[in-house]
Amino acid sequence: MNFFEHLVDTAPIFLDATVVTLRLTAMALVFAMALGALVAWMSMSSVAPLRWIAVAFIGLIRGTPLIAQIFVLYFGITEVVLLPAFWAGTIALGVHNSAYIAEIIRSGFQSVPDGLNEASRSLGMSRMQTLRRVRAPLALRAILPVLGSQFIIAVKDSSLVAFIGMRELFQSSRNLAASTYEPLTMYLIVSLYYLAIVLALTFVVSRIERRLSVHRR
Amino acid sequence: MTTDQTSSFSTGHEGEPLVEMRGIVKKFGDTVVLDGVDLDVHRGEVVVLIGPSGAGKSTLLRCINGLEQIQSGTIRVAGEELVYKEKHLNHVRSRIGMVFQSFNLFPHMKVIDNLMMAQRDVLDRPKQEARERAERLLERVGLADKADAYPEKLSGGQQQRVAIARALAMDPEVMLFDEPTSALDPELVGEVLQVMRTLADEGMTMVVVTHEMRFAKRAADRVVLMADRGIAEEGTPEQVLENPTSERGRAFLAELSEE
Repeated sequence: MNFFEHLVDTAPIFLDATVVTLRLTAMALVFAMALGALVAWMSMSSVAPLRWIAVAFIGLIRGTPLIAQIFVLYFGITEVVLLPAFWAGTIALGVHNSAYIAEIIRSGFQSVPDGLNEASRSLGMSRMQTLRRVRAPLALRAILPVLGSQFIIAVKDSSLVAFIGMRELFQSSRNLAASTYEPLTMYLIVSLYYLAIVLALTFVVSRIERRLSVHRR
Repeated sequence: MTTDQTSSFSTGHEGEPLVEMRGIVKKFGDTVVLDGVDLDVHRGEVVVLIGPSGAGKSTLLRCINGLEQIQSGTIRVAGEELVYKEKHLNHVRSRIGMVFQSFNLFPHMKVIDNLMMAQRDVLDRPKQEARERAERLLERVGLADKADAYPEKLSGGQQQRVAIARALAMDPEVMLFDEPTSALDPELVGEVLQVMRTLADEGMTMVVVTHEMRFAKRAADRVVLMADRGIAEEGTPEQVLENPTSERGRAFLAELSEE
C-alpha cells in the first residue's frame, strides 16, 4: 500500500478521532477562557491577596509540563472518584491554557494607553461605561491575534491527552502505527490532520481580526 | 495659606468663583507636589498656568476634575465640593472639559463617534441631537469634512482640534487644557491656538497649562506662575511676564528669553 491508499484507508478512523480532538479542545478552551478571564481580573485587582493568588497560579501552571499536569490530575482524581479520561483531559488542558490566556488578557488591557481611560473618565463616563466603550474594545484588538496562536497551540497540545488513553487523533495514530507496522506513514498522516485543523483555525482568526481592525482600511 | 493673594488685583471677573481651590496638598508617595495652593477661577476668566517643569502645573489642573486625588484642601466647582465618589465625580466631570497633551482620541471610533459617545452615554442626548451638535462643533474647529475619518488619519493639529470639539460637545462650564500644543510639530501649533483664542474671545472659562507665552500674553486674563510646589506669582500677563516681582518669576523668565 502506498501513502495515499493508507490516507484513504485510515480516513474513517482519523475523521472520528478528529471530532474527539475538536470537542476536547473546544470544551477545554471555553473553560480556559472563563477561568483565564477570572484570573486576569484577579491579577489586575487592587486587592493584593487576589493578585498573589493569580500570580502563584500562573507561575505554577506555566512552570510545570502539561503532560505532568495531565497525569497528576488523571491519577490524582482517580484516587477519589473515577473520572473518565475525556473529562480529566479536558480539565487539564483547560486549566493549563487558562494560565496563558490570563496573561494574554492582562497584557491586552495593559496595552490600552492610560490616557484613553482618563479621556473617557474626563467626559463623565463611568468606570463601567469606559470599560465597555473604550478599554474592552481596544484590549480585544490587542488580545485576539495572541489568543489565536494560543488556540493553535492548544489544538496541538491536546495530543498529549493520548497518554491517558483517550481515543483522540494522536492516540489513533499510535494505535494504527502499532497495528500496521507503518509508524512513519501514520505519524505523517496524523500530522496532516493537525495541519488542516490549524490552517482552518488560522483562517477564521484572521477573518475576525480583519473585521475588528482599529479602523477599516 | 494666604487667601488675599487671589483678591489682590482685579481682572474684571467678580463674584462667586466657578473653580475654587483652597489649601491644596498633593503628594505622590512621600513627594509633596503641591503644598497648600489656593486658586480661584471666575466665570469667563482665562487663567494661564506657567512655570518650570515639575512645578506642579499639570497636577494642579488634573486636581480640578479629580484625575488626581488631593491629600488635603478643598475644591469647589460651581459651588459643589469635589468628593471622590464615582457617581459624584462622573457628574462633576461631565461639566468640565479636558484637553490633553497627547490628544487621547479613541482610536477605534470615527471622529464623529468620538464626539457623540459621551453625549449619548452620559447626557442621554437623542442620537440626532448629538450628531447635530457634533457636526456643528466640527465645523467650528474647521474639520467638518473629517467626521467619518478615523483619528489615525488626521494630523496632530487636527486631532487636537477634534479633542477640543469632543470636550465642547458636553457643553462644559469650564475647559482645562494640559499643555495642548506641546506634542505638536511647530507648524501645527498655530491652528490649535487659534481655536483656543476664539473660545476665549467667546467667553469660555479656561484654565490652560502651556509654554506658549504668545498665547498667555494675548488670551490670558490672568497668568499664574508656579514654582516650588506652589504659586510664586500671579497677575495680568503684563505684570507677570514683563515685570515679575518674585525671585522665581524673574529666574523663569530669564530662562525663557535665553531660548
